[in-house]
Amino acid sequence: MRGLPGLIHHPGNRREELAMLSDILVYGLMNGAVYAMLAIGFSLIFGAARIINLAHTAFFMLAAYAIFYFGSELAINPFIAIPLSIILVVLVGVVVYYVFMEPIREHETAVLIVTVAVALVFQELILIIFGGHYRGVSSIVAGYISPYGIRISYQYLLTLGVVSLSLFIVWLILMKTRLGIAIRSSAQDREIANLMGMNVAKIAAATMAISVGLAAVAGVMVAPLYTLEPHMWLNPLVLVLAIVILGGLGSIKGSFIGALILAFIEVTVVFLIPGGAFLKVAIALAIMLTILIIRPEGLFGVYMEGER
Amino acid sequence: MKSKLFPFLVLLMILFLIGGIVGCTPTDGEDVVPPEEEEEEGVEFDGEIKIAVTGPMTNIQGEMMWWGALMAADEINAAGGVAVGDEMYSVRLIQVETDEIMDPLGAVSAVENVIVSEDPDFLIGGFRTEAVTPYTDLIARDYNKIFIICGAATNELLHGRVDVDYDAWKYLFRVTPIRSTDLVTVTILMLNDVAMAVREELGIAAPKVAILAEALEWNEALVQMAPQIFPTLGLEFVGTFRPSATASDVTTELRGIEATGAHIIYTIMSGPVGIPFGKQWGELEIPACPVGINVEAQKSGYYPATDGFGDYDCTLNTFAQNAAITEHTIPFISKFVDLYGQLPNYNADTYSAVYILKEAVERAGTIDTDSVIAELEVTDYTGAAGRVVFDEAHDVIWGPGYVTAVGIQWQDGELVAAWPLEWKPDAQNAPDLVIGYEGVVPYQIPPHVLEQWRE
Repeated sequence: MRGLPGLIHHPGNRREELAMLSDILVYGLMNGAVYAMLAIGFSLIFGAARIINLAHTAFFMLAAYAIFYFGSELAINPFIAIPLSIILVVLVGVVVYYVFMEPIREHETAVLIVTVAVALVFQELILIIFGGHYRGVSSIVAGYISPYGIRISYQYLLTLGVVSLSLFIVWLILMKTRLGIAIRSSAQDREIANLMGMNVAKIAAATMAISVGLAAVAGVMVAPLYTLEPHMWLNPLVLVLAIVILGGLGSIKGSFIGALILAFIEVTVVFLIPGGAFLKVAIALAIMLTILIIRPEGLFGVYMEGER
Repeated sequence: MKSKLFPFLVLLMILFLIGGIVGCTPTDGEDVVPPEEEEEEGVEFDGEIKIAVTGPMTNIQGEMMWWGALMAADEINAAGGVAVGDEMYSVRLIQVETDEIMDPLGAVSAVENVIVSEDPDFLIGGFRTEAVTPYTDLIARDYNKIFIICGAATNELLHGRVDVDYDAWKYLFRVTPIRSTDLVTVTILMLNDVAMAVREELGIAAPKVAILAEALEWNEALVQMAPQIFPTLGLEFVGTFRPSATASDVTTELRGIEATGAHIIYTIMSGPVGIPFGKQWGELEIPACPVGINVEAQKSGYYPATDGFGDYDCTLNTFAQNAAITEHTIPFISKFVDLYGQLPNYNADTYSAVYILKEAVERAGTIDTDSVIAELEVTDYTGAAGRVVFDEAHDVIWGPGYVTAVGIQWQDGELVAAWPLEWKPDAQNAPDLVIGYEGVVPYQIPPHVLEQWRE
């Protein structure tokens, strides 16, 4: 592969090996948390409404641009700008659901295509409004800590905290509220749920709001860590698809574990093959394919979704 | 619920979008003015010379190409136009959005479309090698039109083409930047200066160098050559890290570099990865001095985009606002900043390309392609970046007395030239030959690097 000098890194001694291992653990966990946030939102709406929302990461992009606009352009306090951005993006998500998805929800392929169109419309709107320039957003908390020599920015830690909290709240909603019971029952069998008197359309809309909300939280939190540009939704979409397929379509637990697996693979590639760091996504996807050959339904998926 | 909620939500969405348009676009000063709006009024011309500017126009590289060409065209038209024999022609620019960063194949269609529909006399621009390679093939071999490259650095765009099969490729020239192997030379000279600073100020005899290079075709030569050159400079090579050119997070790569114990990061990046690099390098206080090529760091917007953490990043460039490479440099930069609100990067030397075409046409007395090529080949034009003379492959010659490029560094939020300060290009044979432009300041080691290595 290109015959690059220094392509593969060989740790010199046991101390170096341990340092690399701790690096991989820390950075894998941090990246995995963000991936999990996106993947769980994607999985949720698929599980509850059988909607494969390929615009999911476009909402993530919208949220990142919203925090850029409110925080950097209008200089609004981040504690106002963050919730404002999330609420706006959730509202946009709900509108998109009612206008574009709900009328054709029974035609899953049509919904899939519509979501691609919606994502492209968002991309072009962002391009028209903000241009193709690469944008940066200030960290909410600048600086870093250095436990055991591993540098972790406060923004990353904050992101990890917010992601964990968000996932816990979603778990609470799903497991401890009437809405959660409705979402889960709808996910198990939409027709029976409908016959039992549940408004499955509204349940789907609520699930869409939660799903887009998770994408929006991820967007506003990682905006200070990433570079903003109108195509920034594409790479995460590939990863999200890989994660949910690996974890099992519609399985939230599978999405979480799939996210961690892919994140750890990516980080390991960078540390072990620094000269091939750009291959990290490709290698992660190759490993995903290998797992799927052994277990076609994914790690935690049912064999055929239609058989649920 | 639907009927009450819908109008409200739609209204909110529209307000949000309109707010974005109103709030962002004018303040950025980044509007691309269509050529139709720039036509001179009240000046009679006998004809027009159509120049197509091809580039990623929604990205800064394309904007710079467009603005540089626009500035030259406006000046030429205001001064009476181009003398073609006994007639005076105006310059009309045609903007070609190639979107070549995201869609290199689509760029070929965009270029062919403009050739077929507008039939431009000349073309200039071209940024991403992966797109420029196929569309220069189209321009030269299928349509026999002159194309002046103003963005892509790869040697093979000209060398091995023009000098090997002249009749097929004679239509291609390059004004900016210097070719990729010369880029290596300049960045190695800059690296040497940084290494000397590290030795003097940190007391490290053999500084360690890690390469951080985006995974793209244009920098392959640099990535291959650099590790072989490092030992000749007394430097120890510790590894190569190759993130994607569009990576939005390089924290892991930076941690890997830190783990190698590198004192210097030799950067080779033209894509957006330059921004997360600058931001995360500064925020995490990675104890290594970046030097090399980071195209994003050449732009005024780099400092705010990195939230100020990109301070002390050091990169090659064509211009610097404080370095008088020629008597034209400072006036060009000042006027460019006045007009467009941003410092020009190397793509903006489409300005020189338009003037070089003007002079060649005037010498030829015609816009006939072969006649203009013959005149372009004898170009000797002194512009803002230096003296432009083409070699046998139609490439701009690099070296003392020609175009040299400059090294620039962000110092306390200002972009200043830091190379060449006292460059001796031939210390053995011509010890008195010292190149240093007026206004160039010494390189500064980033304070956090100084602090950490002194500890």
